[in-house]
Amino acid sequence: MFSDYSLAELSSIFVMQGFAGLILFSVFLLMALGLAIIFGQMGVINMAHGEFMILGAYVTYFTSQFFLNFIPDLFSVYFFVAMILAFIASGALGMLVEWLMIRRLYKRPLDTLLATWGLSLILQQFYRSVFGPREVGVELPSWMMGSLPLTDVVEVQINGLFVMALTIVITIAVALLMYKSNWGKQVRAVVQNRMMASAVGINTEKVDRYTFGLGCGIAGIAGSAFTMIGSTGPTSGQLYIVDTFLVVVFGGAQSLLGTIASAFTISQAQSTMEFFLSGSTAKVLTLLSVVIILMLRPQGLFVIKVRR
Amino acid sequence: MTKSGRTFFLRPQDMIGIAILAILLIVVLPLTLDNFRLQFIGKYLTYAFVALGLVLCWGYAGILSLGQGVFFGLGGYCMAMFLKLEASSVENTKIQTTPGIPDFMDWNQITSLPWFWEPFRHLSFTMLAVILVPAIFAFVVGFAMFKRRVGGVYFAIITQALAAILTILIVGQQGYTGGINGITDLRTLNGWDIRTDSAKTILYFICVGLLLACILLAYFVKSSKLGRILVAMRDKEDRVRFSGYDVANFKVFVFCLAASLSAIGGAMFTLQVGFMSPSFVGIVPSIEMVIYTAVGGRLSILGAIYGTLLVNWAKTSFSETFPELWLFGLGGLFIAVVLAFPNGIAGLYQTYVAPRLGPLFGGATKRRDATPPAPSSSAPAAAE
Repeated sequence: MFSDYSLAELSSIFVMQGFAGLILFSVFLLMALGLAIIFGQMGVINMAHGEFMILGAYVTYFTSQFFLNFIPDLFSVYFFVAMILAFIASGALGMLVEWLMIRRLYKRPLDTLLATWGLSLILQQFYRSVFGPREVGVELPSWMMGSLPLTDVVEVQINGLFVMALTIVITIAVALLMYKSNWGKQVRAVVQNRMMASAVGINTEKVDRYTFGLGCGIAGIAGSAFTMIGSTGPTSGQLYIVDTFLVVVFGGAQSLLGTIASAFTISQAQSTMEFFLSGSTAKVLTLLSVVIILMLRPQGLFVIKVRR
Repeated sequence: MTKSGRTFFLRPQDMIGIAILAILLIVVLPLTLDNFRLQFIGKYLTYAFVALGLVLCWGYAGILSLGQGVFFGLGGYCMAMFLKLEASSVENTKIQTTPGIPDFMDWNQITSLPWFWEPFRHLSFTMLAVILVPAIFAFVVGFAMFKRRVGGVYFAIITQALAAILTILIVGQQGYTGGINGITDLRTLNGWDIRTDSAKTILYFICVGLLLACILLAYFVKSSKLGRILVAMRDKEDRVRFSGYDVANFKVFVFCLAASLSAIGGAMFTLQVGFMSPSFVGIVPSIEMVIYTAVGGRLSILGAIYGTLLVNWAKTSFSETFPELWLFGLGGLFIAVVLAFPNGIAGLYQTYVAPRLGPLFGGATKRRDATPPAPSSSAPAAAE
């Protein structure tokens, strides 16, 4: 499949697809970060993760409409407001959900799957009834449109670069929060040994609620970022859920570094293959190799050694 | 368990339960429903095969597969390939550029029948394939995973990924699989027109017969030593392993069995409905099949059948009148089943109805089933 191209062409193809892959990587990573906290740290299978993202996307859409209609002068920065609102909305919904149902299910991880799937159906129908069935897209402020030429054949989309930058910022923030802050220490303590954690005076219920809320909030930010690259409809969330879970599992559920590495591997593999094969074949091959590697190495790429 | 004087593998209350179901399906429903409604029931019953497999696999062995749609689809596609080849004889397809191959292949500029379609010209091969193709697939997946002690949540996610992969593959390879539309316009089975009302009624009874046979098989598995090992494994896997059993083999077996049961359902679905498409393979139908089992009761063979009938009946009648409410209802059902009654309808029956009926059935007072209050599976077990 390479023989049809010259070496120079091949290298620019790889660079171009590499950039496309980097954008896909940011998307995967943003989606997976929230799930890495909820699934990787707490062990809750949140099938409604996609719907939390869609909530963030809708919040962004309405913020953009609000800015457009009432304060058009500030339209160029609406996005930062929207992200904060998306984080708050998804995070608050997440904490509510945790309080209503997840906290009853910590000992039955497979049942969280069913319950959150039910939640995802309800949320989808809620979006459809309230916001209408059609897909919505936001208008980008002018500075985010267009692309930067790198060489004469390779161009990078500015909104893609923005999503990448955003991903880096959020990833670093999450890493600091989980591994450097006192609160992150409490989260990891609760995850490793709930009884001991509560014995040393950690309010485990509170930690659980905020952790779940944080994961959902990050999902909201991810959804907010997605509005810049594509449009959003009530059922878009379902499209991402398999990919997201595979990214988290492939990386080794409890490792943040693993999540980053696996998002990178999967996105680059898919984006490079997409150029040479059809989109669906590339997707099948990528998913299939991930599944086969997982069968050989079920614990994922990176494992944290813990005594159980 | 043999203390109750049972030499056969069915206990008296099981026999009564099966008899009631058989009378309901063979006598009551055909007499009370018109043909149109009866065909719906026939369609629901094909999902009941999947639910039956899930009771064994999930309820008894604690392995939750989110990819049962894959096996349902494989069985259905095997049957559909045979029927499609029969429907695309040279005379029927003489307007095509290449007569004698299925119409969708012709549309996709494929000029000869692909090699893997060829054996499906024979009914006997097809019937074997319906059972064996999904079983072999399940064996490969199960063997690879259970031998490496992948279980619980990870198994669920990987099977879900498989369902996604197969759907993308079927949709993507339009020329070989019919793509998103699936394999449609199926007409005859060995010359017998399956589209007529009388044929559909006969297929309904065949479906009921097969289902009852599979129920008996499930009871047999449940009451055999194998069934008891499965339950023991679900509750304390390590102890079973330390007692010298190769846990993985039992899991692989029950997973293959569930796959074959689902595939029979899929094949019957194709015969009764007259087409097969990727929309019965993916993640959404697979999870819906799990909810049928959960609503009926994951620990009860007959409960799962009633659960399937009930959820599907509710879906059809609600979504006809209140399409919006239905999704809220279905979502609520998922949450309610998990939070309020984890053992489903069968669990409710056993707690509230059975004790009162007990004296009627000769003192079958207490269920001896291992019924844990909340089916648990040790958290990320794979990451040991």
